[in-house]
Amino acid sequence: MTHKVLIVDDSKLARMAVIKALNALRPDWPRIEASNAEEALARINEQEPDIILLDFNMPGKDGLLFAAELSQQNPRIAIAVISANRQAEVINRTEAVGATFLPKPLTEKALGDFLNAAAAQQQSNGVR
Amino acid sequence: MAADPVLLTEMELDALTELVNLGVSNAATSLRDLVREEVVLSVPRVIVVTREQALANLNERVAKRLVAVRQDFEGDIRGRALLIFPEAKSMELVRGIIGSDLAAEDIMELEQEALAETGNIMLNSCLGTIADNFERSLRISLPEVIYGEGDEFFGTKSGGKPDDRVIFMYINFAIRHRDIQGYIAMLLDLPSLATLKSLLVALIERTAGSPIIAPPHDS
Repeated sequence: MTHKVLIVDDSKLARMAVIKALNALRPDWPRIEASNAEEALARINEQEPDIILLDFNMPGKDGLLFAAELSQQNPRIAIAVISANRQAEVINRTEAVGATFLPKPLTEKALGDFLNAAAAQQQSNGVR
Repeated sequence: MAADPVLLTEMELDALTELVNLGVSNAATSLRDLVREEVVLSVPRVIVVTREQALANLNERVAKRLVAVRQDFEGDIRGRALLIFPEAKSMELVRGIIGSDLAAEDIMELEQEALAETGNIMLNSCLGTIADNFERSLRISLPEVIYGEGDEFFGTKSGGKPDDRVIFMYINFAIRHRDIQGYIAMLLDLPSLATLKSLLVALIERTAGSPIIAPPHDS
């Protein structure tokens, strides 16, 4: 079963790094990109992704605020916040909104574990 | 505009900004350990300008008297990195770092040390992150705290060549609810900027790896 992944990061380089890891891990999963929260919302409404990978430090709405809104509105979507800002407060707030914290630079191992858990969770919920 | 031999493309500037973002995010994580409270960061904005433009930017935006922490670096790229604050903000930073429950004279005494340590964390983190991503090493000198006007950092009094470029990075951060606007500046000569450009190109190619699937609605 494939899952649609939305990558939200203001940096194209950062999105490229995520896509490279996705290509290695789940080459058949469709992916969509957005460079900020506003653009991401439009993509979510059009394409209904199953998994969202969010940068934390973005212009406009930051990844954590956006994750909090999304997990309220779309609890079925698995969300990870990706950041090099590994302060305990940031990690705790990420977990408090029901998202997973993944450190930047993103490793294939960390992304792979998150994708496996997200896929397992969605399959057990009967999400296709 | 005349073609600039070392003008960075949009993608190269994107990559450089992301490296700075990684660097300051790492620095925030280290500063948090120092102050034991969350350090809040803005998204850095990065521009490449001539020394005169850097000076004009500083004069336009901030008070004349500035404090900077300076570290020189050398390796494939050589230059000077500066963390710059308006002098009035440097006390805020020191109070943010060491807490405000100390007497004024103790704070004065610790000012240099707190500034040097903060500069060391921010600059080493940015330079180190950039070097790591380039798969290169940089030797970085010890931090030095300097006081003066912009001209002494970028202008004729700073030494260096007139066509040197400055990578100017605006960052805002807040420590213990004190808002501190600062700048990180990297002074590079033209050969170093050309090397930086080629290292950015190599990084972008490595990150893209095999074929990039172009998104239908790329920004």
